[in-house]
Amino acid sequence: MSKKVIYGLFDDEEILLKSAKDLVSKGVRIKDVFSPFPIHGIDPVIGVPRTRLSIGAFVYGATGLSLAWLMMGYMLIMDWPMDIGGKPSQFFYMNLPAFVPVSFEMTVFCAAHGMALTYLIVNRLYPGQQPHNPDNRTTDDKFMVQINTGDNKKTAEEIKSILSSTGAIEITEKEA
Amino acid sequence: MASHEAHIREPLILGKKDYHQVTEDITYPIAGKANKYWWMAFAVSFITMCWGVGCLAYTVGTGIGVWGSNKTVGWAWDITNFVWWIGIGHAGTLISAVLLLFRQKWRMSINRSAEAMTIFAVICAALFPVFHMGRVWLAYWVLPLPNQFGSLWVNFNSPLLWDVFAISTYFTVSLVFWYLGLVPDFATVRDKFARMGKPLQQKIYNVLSFGWSGSARQWHRFEELSLVLAGLSTPLVLSVHTIVSMDFATSVIPGWHTTIFPPYFVAGAIFSGFAMVLTLMLIARKTLNLEHYITVNHVESMNKIIILTGSIVGVAYLTELFISWYSGVEYEQYAFLNRASGPYWWAYWSMMTCNVITPQLFWIKKIRRSFVATFIISIFVNIGMWFERFVIIVTSLHRDYLPSSWVMFHPTFVDIGIFVGTIGIFFTLFLLFCRTFPVIAMAELKSILKSSGDKYKK
Repeated sequence: MSKKVIYGLFDDEEILLKSAKDLVSKGVRIKDVFSPFPIHGIDPVIGVPRTRLSIGAFVYGATGLSLAWLMMGYMLIMDWPMDIGGKPSQFFYMNLPAFVPVSFEMTVFCAAHGMALTYLIVNRLYPGQQPHNPDNRTTDDKFMVQINTGDNKKTAEEIKSILSSTGAIEITEKEA
Repeated sequence: MASHEAHIREPLILGKKDYHQVTEDITYPIAGKANKYWWMAFAVSFITMCWGVGCLAYTVGTGIGVWGSNKTVGWAWDITNFVWWIGIGHAGTLISAVLLLFRQKWRMSINRSAEAMTIFAVICAALFPVFHMGRVWLAYWVLPLPNQFGSLWVNFNSPLLWDVFAISTYFTVSLVFWYLGLVPDFATVRDKFARMGKPLQQKIYNVLSFGWSGSARQWHRFEELSLVLAGLSTPLVLSVHTIVSMDFATSVIPGWHTTIFPPYFVAGAIFSGFAMVLTLMLIARKTLNLEHYITVNHVESMNKIIILTGSIVGVAYLTELFISWYSGVEYEQYAFLNRASGPYWWAYWSMMTCNVITPQLFWIKKIRRSFVATFIISIFVNIGMWFERFVIIVTSLHRDYLPSSWVMFHPTFVDIGIFVGTIGIFFTLFLLFCRTFPVIAMAELKSILKSSGDKYKK
C-alpha cells in the first residue's frame, strides 16, 4: 500500500476539535493541525508534548545574572577598583547594592533573547524559510488536519469517511 | 468558548465579522493604496524629521553650545525630551505585557500599534542622551570596554550607566516581543498576497514571516513564549522608569533627591503613554477604517487607566509639596516655592492643570466615552507630562545654592528643532508602520472573536 497524506479542511475550530477527538478515539494518529490562531485544547488530543522553553528561559536568565556578576566583579572590584562617591570597592558584596540594577537588566536581557532564539530554532523559523502549511487559507479562516496513512492502521478511505462524517468541508489526499 | 463570559459584557469587535473578514479588514491598508490624507501626513512628518536631522547635524558640527543649556542648567531641554519619550514608550509594554498577564481581552485591538509606538518612542528618546554626549562617535564609551579604548572601565555605581543597560535591554526585548508576535500575522499577509497572485509581495512577506506555517506545535511554543516574555517585560518596564528616576533621585539637588521618585515616575510614564496611545489610536481608527475594532469600549478602558495613573501622579505632586515643607530643609522648601511661584510658575501651573485637573473629567461617563473629549484631554496630558519633566529638571537647577549663578534657561531654535524633529521621526515611522505592517494582532483577535465578537454574542 502506498503511503498517502490526507488533509481535512474545516471552517470552524470547534468542529475540528470534535473531529480530532473522534479520529483519535478511533485510533487514528493525527500528524499535525494548521490554524490561523492557537486552538485551545488541541495539544493533548494530537499529542503535542509540553514545551520546555520556559525552563530554557530560566537557565538563560541564570546565565545572564552570573555573567553580570562576573563582569562587574572583575571590572570594578578586581581589575580597577575605583573610589566613587565613597562607595566601598574592596569587596564585591559591599558594592552589591549598586550592582542590583545592572544584574536585573542582564538577567532579563539574556532570558528574553535566549528564549526567543531558542524558540526560532525549535520552530525552524528564519528569514528565507519556506512555509509548509499545505493550504494558504489556513492562515486566514480555515483549519486543517494532516494525517499520514503511513502512521496508521486504517486505510485512506476509512480515514476520509470519518473526516467527512465529522464535518470536514474539503478532503484532499496526495502521495507522500 | 463563549460560555464563560457574561452576556452583558459589551462586544469588543463590532459588526458582522467572521475570521475572513478580520483578515480582509486588517490587511486592507497593506494591500490597498494610500489615500491622500496618508500622503499629506507623511509629507509633513517627513519634512519635520528632516528639519530635526538638520538640527542634529548642526549640533554635531558646531558643538553642544548651540543648545540653550548653560553652566547652571546643564540638563534641560534634551533630558526633558528623553524622559518624555521614554515615558510614552511605557504604555506599549504595559498594554502588551501587563494586560496579557491580567487576561484583558481589550488589549488585543491595540497592543500591536502600542508596541510599535514603544519602539519608535525609545528610538526618539535614545537620540537625546547620545547627542548630548557631544562627540557622538564616542558613544560606544558607555559600553563596558577595557581601559585601552580610551576611558576607564564604566562605572557600575552610576545610575547613568544603569540607564544604558536598562534602555538597551528594554529596546531590544520590546523589539523581539513585538516582532515575534508579528510573525504569524506576516504569514497571513503573505498567504493573502499569494491568493491575490502577487508573487513579489508574497516573497517579501515570506521573508518577514520567517516561513511561519501555523502548525499546532508552533502555536504551542508561541503561546509559551508570549507568556514568558510578558512575565519578563512586566518587571522590566517598571525597572526602566525606576532607573530613569534614579538619574535624578540619587543626586543631591533639592527637588530631585526624593524617595518617591521611582513609583511616581512609573505612574507618570504609564499616564503619558496611554495619552499618546489614545492620540494615535483615535486618528488611526478613523484613517484606517478600524472603527469596528477600536471601539468606545477600548477608549473607555484606557481612560480608566488614565484616571488611575493621573490620580497617582496628582497625589505624588502633593506629597512632594508636603514633604518639602515637613522636612524642614530650607533648600527643599525653596525649590518647591520657586517652582510654584518663581519665574517658571507658568510651567508648574500648566503641569498641574493638564495632569491633575483635566484627567479627573474622565470620572464623568459621558466624557469618558466621547471620542472628541478623549482626544482633546489626551493632548492636554501629553503637554502636561512634557511640562512635568521640564519643571522637575529646569526649575530645580536654574536657582542653585549660589544666588550669583542663578540664571534662566532659554531654548534655542536648535533645541526646539530637535524636539520637533523627533516628533517627525516618530510619526514618519508610525505612518510607514500603518501601511506595511498589520496594525492589529489578527491571530489574537480571531481567537477572541467568538467570545467577544458582535456576530457570535447572543
